[in-house]
Amino acid sequence: MHDMGALTGAPWLIAMLIKVLVVFFGTMVVVALLTLMERKVSAWMQDRLGPNRVGPGGLLQPAADGLKNILKEETYPAHASKLFFVLAPMLAIGPALITFAVIPFAAPLPTPWGLVDMIVADLPIGILYILAITSLGIYGIVMAGWASNNKYSFLGGLRAAAQMVSYEVSLGLSLIPIFFLAGNVTLTQIVWSQQQELGWWYAFPLGLSFLFFVISAFAETNRLPFDVAEAESELVTGYHTEYSSMKFSMFFIAEYSNMVTASALMATLFLGGWDIPFFTFDNMRVIAPGIVEGAEPAWWKTLLTFGAFGIKTLFFIFLFMWVRWTVPRFRYDQIMHLGWKVLLPSALAYVTFMAAAILTLDTLGVPFDFWYGLILTGVNLVPTVLFLVLIDRDRVIGGTAPAARRSGPLPQGITATRRPNADANVERENQEA
Amino acid sequence: MTDFPLTQLLWWVFASMAVGGGLGMVTRRNPVASLLFLVLTFFSLAAIYVLLGAHFIAAIQIIVYAGAIMVLFLFVIMLLNLGHDYQSDLRGGVWIVVGFVAAGTVGWFIWQSFGAPGAVLQRGGEQQIAASVEQMNAVGAIAYPLFRDYIVPFELVGILLLVAIIGAVLLAKRRV
Repeated sequence: MHDMGALTGAPWLIAMLIKVLVVFFGTMVVVALLTLMERKVSAWMQDRLGPNRVGPGGLLQPAADGLKNILKEETYPAHASKLFFVLAPMLAIGPALITFAVIPFAAPLPTPWGLVDMIVADLPIGILYILAITSLGIYGIVMAGWASNNKYSFLGGLRAAAQMVSYEVSLGLSLIPIFFLAGNVTLTQIVWSQQQELGWWYAFPLGLSFLFFVISAFAETNRLPFDVAEAESELVTGYHTEYSSMKFSMFFIAEYSNMVTASALMATLFLGGWDIPFFTFDNMRVIAPGIVEGAEPAWWKTLLTFGAFGIKTLFFIFLFMWVRWTVPRFRYDQIMHLGWKVLLPSALAYVTFMAAAILTLDTLGVPFDFWYGLILTGVNLVPTVLFLVLIDRDRVIGGTAPAARRSGPLPQGITATRRPNADANVERENQEA
Repeated sequence: MTDFPLTQLLWWVFASMAVGGGLGMVTRRNPVASLLFLVLTFFSLAAIYVLLGAHFIAAIQIIVYAGAIMVLFLFVIMLLNLGHDYQSDLRGGVWIVVGFVAAGTVGWFIWQSFGAPGAVLQRGGEQQIAASVEQMNAVGAIAYPLFRDYIVPFELVGILLLVAIIGAVLLAKRRV
């Protein structure tokens, strides 16, 4: 126990104000830099240079983009309801910007006026707040599609609504095993449980949950391979086809800040949040205002843990981009199939399985420490391997994928694919040459 | 700072937003506009739940009603008539009677909750809520009674919903 003194009165108000401003502007700056990172990463993957004209190495490109978007002409589609058309980007960006509030981003910081915990609002409902607010973000996209008076936009809006409602279910279900282990829904407790109580990052004992959550988060943020709502090649750009200048940009800011929040959330839920692995000097939690359990807070610990949190979040952001420039877009029916017929039953079965496993361990009286986590990690391998083998359907693991593709007729409606005897043709051409 | 009635101020803001949203929902001719007003009402109700200390109910209110059910409503409205103005189903004078009955029911409810002797708000519910949240955290305060004391009604409601789903699937599958 360390009593660092609680913040009261004016210092509390000032600390809150600073935290809100830092988180808000931090997110906005990161979002701006992410647009550059996205283009740089894609350029790197496609062996190009990417933007490199504005500023050193293209670093000022986001500023140039922002300026351009503000100066562009604003257009309104004919016969569209202008009120909803203007309201839609606001409804998209508002929820996207306030979800970060409940994510703890560093160890508490001691100051001469008292202890400042590094989280904007430690709500008792924690993660449920994020689920609630992100579910409101759908309205922006659906309204945009509907108010544009454009069939492509409308289709994009409908697709987005159906997809986000579908994947919210498996997103919620994949969280339930975490609540079993953490015993609470607040993110501070989830971090504490991973760094001290269990001592394992949940990615290990709850591996399948991690997989489900990552897939659902991709769908919820409308990123490729789940970006049927935008789908440039089918719907022009879907729900924001008719938007220009800063209103168009607002959808982008919303998408990227959703991505930042989703990455931070994945890092917090499954990779220990701001925990530094293999060290115990950072294991602390605030149990009452100003009172800390575990290690003693210090400014350098706050800085180091913030760095750990940043690295983990950046890893997931990079994963988002990596997948975007690697995997092609799914068909709409494939997305619905994956959401309702694969993820939902699997997540339900996994919740039941993990509940049984945890109940068994508790009944046997296994102490909640390193060994508990190790046993659970081993047990978790069973459903994980089973799921991967089943979803693989004997393709990669069984090694039958190329043969299956060559024999038999092509599925109906698919014309632009590899011809069944392509290899034979190449061989023949080689021989003729 | 403790003298400043921030909670009361916020209550007035959200209460008027809820009532205004409700009024807007009934008076708008455009179905999409009334739906958005209804979402505003749900959101304001959730905010009032937060002011009462019932964080979990607030989150569920938004996740279930504002985030899922209303999106489905929006979906249906857009698919059916693309949100253009439509003719009212309420013709004749029946709706006046219905309106009075509804207003009477709401009034009775308010009387039961606030005015009547032994009403909910006079039983010190606030302290009870605070105590159980302190003891079992925000989710446990709902989960323990729901899955222990009220497990049978809870399961019955689940079966009711299942029956409704099966009925809907049966009706939808019938060849018309």
